[in-house]
Amino acid sequence: MTGEIHAHLTRVTRVYPAVAGNPPVHALGPIDLELRRGEFFAIVGPSGCGKSTCMDVLAGLAPPSEGEVSFEGNPIRGSVPDGVGAVFQEDASFPWLTVWDNAAFGLRRQGVDAAEIRRRVEYALGFMGLRDFAQAYPAQLSGGMRQRVCIARTLVLQPRLILLDEPFGALDAQTRLLMGDELLRLWRETGATVLLITHALDEAAMLSDRVGAMSARPGRFLETLETGWPRDRDSSMLEGETFGHITGRLWQLLRSESQAAMGHHPDAAQGGTRREAG
Amino acid sequence: MTRLAWIRLAIVLGAFAALEWLVQSGRISTHTMIPPTRMVTELWAILASGELTGDITQTLGNVAIACLLSVTVGFVVGAGIHAIPRLRRALDPFLTTYYAVPFFVFYPLLVYIFGMNNLPMIAIGFMFAVVAMIINTLNGLDKIPRVYDKVARMHQMSRASMALRIQIPAAAPNLFTGLKLSVAYAFIGVIASEFILAPGGLGYAIAFAYDNFDNETMYALMLFILVLVTAINMTLHYLEQRLLRRQGF
Ligand SMILES: Nc1ncnc2c1ncn2[C@@H]1O[C@H](COP(=O)(O)OP(=O)(O)OP(=O)(O)O)[C@@H](O)[C@H]1O
Ligand SMILES: [Mg+2]
Repeated sequence: MTGEIHAHLTRVTRVYPAVAGNPPVHALGPIDLELRRGEFFAIVGPSGCGKSTCMDVLAGLAPPSEGEVSFEGNPIRGSVPDGVGAVFQEDASFPWLTVWDNAAFGLRRQGVDAAEIRRRVEYALGFMGLRDFAQAYPAQLSGGMRQRVCIARTLVLQPRLILLDEPFGALDAQTRLLMGDELLRLWRETGATVLLITHALDEAAMLSDRVGAMSARPGRFLETLETGWPRDRDSSMLEGETFGHITGRLWQLLRSESQAAMGHHPDAAQGGTRREAG
Repeated sequence: MTRLAWIRLAIVLGAFAALEWLVQSGRISTHTMIPPTRMVTELWAILASGELTGDITQTLGNVAIACLLSVTVGFVVGAGIHAIPRLRRALDPFLTTYYAVPFFVFYPLLVYIFGMNNLPMIAIGFMFAVVAMIINTLNGLDKIPRVYDKVARMHQMSRASMALRIQIPAAAPNLFTGLKLSVAYAFIGVIASEFILAPGGLGYAIAFAYDNFDNETMYALMLFILVLVTAINMTLHYLEQRLLRRQGF
């Protein structure tokens, strides 16, 4: 890791405009985020705090209401820059295409030649454990497998910045851990910068170099923790003591925020910025 | 053929056999009904003689034009309405109550406007079919997950390419339903109009036979229409299955 800044958000806020009588929603920020080239960064935060919004802004899918976004030194305006690949929270696989065709979707559009498409798709499907399902349709797969199809579809584009929005939301805890290992392998092999959004504190703590803990809406970073893991880590670190410290600290940060997001906090002022003492 | 298809065939053949027996044994008078086997031989004779070829091609031609028009216009209008939410809210009550309107009352007016030719029948077929296509196009477009928008933008797709590669395939199941309904409605619209007043066509031929107590021709033609429409529907059904089966629709 060189410490070079790969993408950043500067004083970014996002307010969803008022629609049909509903007031505008201040979903995010202001936040600052600097992603270093090649790092694995995780965002954790209570439901509805603006994590997906943050990803949309970073990917160029939604404009910031205020602030600046840039990727590889160039400002992002109105479109997704080359080199950015996103996997969304919702199932975005195409039910009318086979797994193979789903994965090849982006490459076909770019006019990549057939041999190269085959090479990349086969690699991505193998990587995601979908080789045996290449000719299956998404309807024949589980939710977690469909999400892996979407990851493969993004992976073949060979993005330098990979944004993943709760990609394992549909998985059980054990499979999540295994997929986490796969994700680490992917990260190491591609050398890409990875931004992972998750609501699982252990997942964030185990996978990332840094974890940003977000407040309740409008989301801001309460604290960014450095995990200090070596690059060739895996889920076996779960047993270590450090892991406990990190998740403990994350929970300490997020407990009251999560309560606020659920409307349980006694002093849950609208859009407040409560911070846990500590 | 699948087991289910065999069962369906058995049901149809059973009904025919029952009817045959009821008529042959005199339980239903031959003034009212002719035995199905007679219908078949009569139909064969009519088709072989070629005397109704003109009527058949006229009807099929009108239905085909009404279908083509209603499917294309229905799709384009549906997509247009979908793109303008305000227009859609304004039109919604009309669309939902549309089929409560008895269109055939407009038929004389249409004859008056277009004259005694194919146009009034095509117009009725079109009016009957187009809204089914509009409604199903809207339904199909409504069901497209919003996240596909993001996927398209991540792949830097143009509007046109997104429509072609994502929106139409995603809406395909509903578009197909619209197509099937349009075919059926166009048939109903055209044949019923011919029945009322027309220079020719299958509906006209049936009405003519009816007015002349020509049971043989009347039943033979009714059988013909049944077989024809069933065959068309089965073909569409088969295509739909092939197209959509494995997608889990
Ligand atoms: N298109 C939209 N229009 C208006 N408000 C929106 C829109 N999308 C999201 N919001 C609001 O913005 C806030 C943040 O939403 P966002 O999806 O970013 O949260 P999140 O942190 O990803 O939540 P989750 O963990 O449940 O996925 C929420 O309060 C939500 O209601
Ligand atoms: Mg989200």
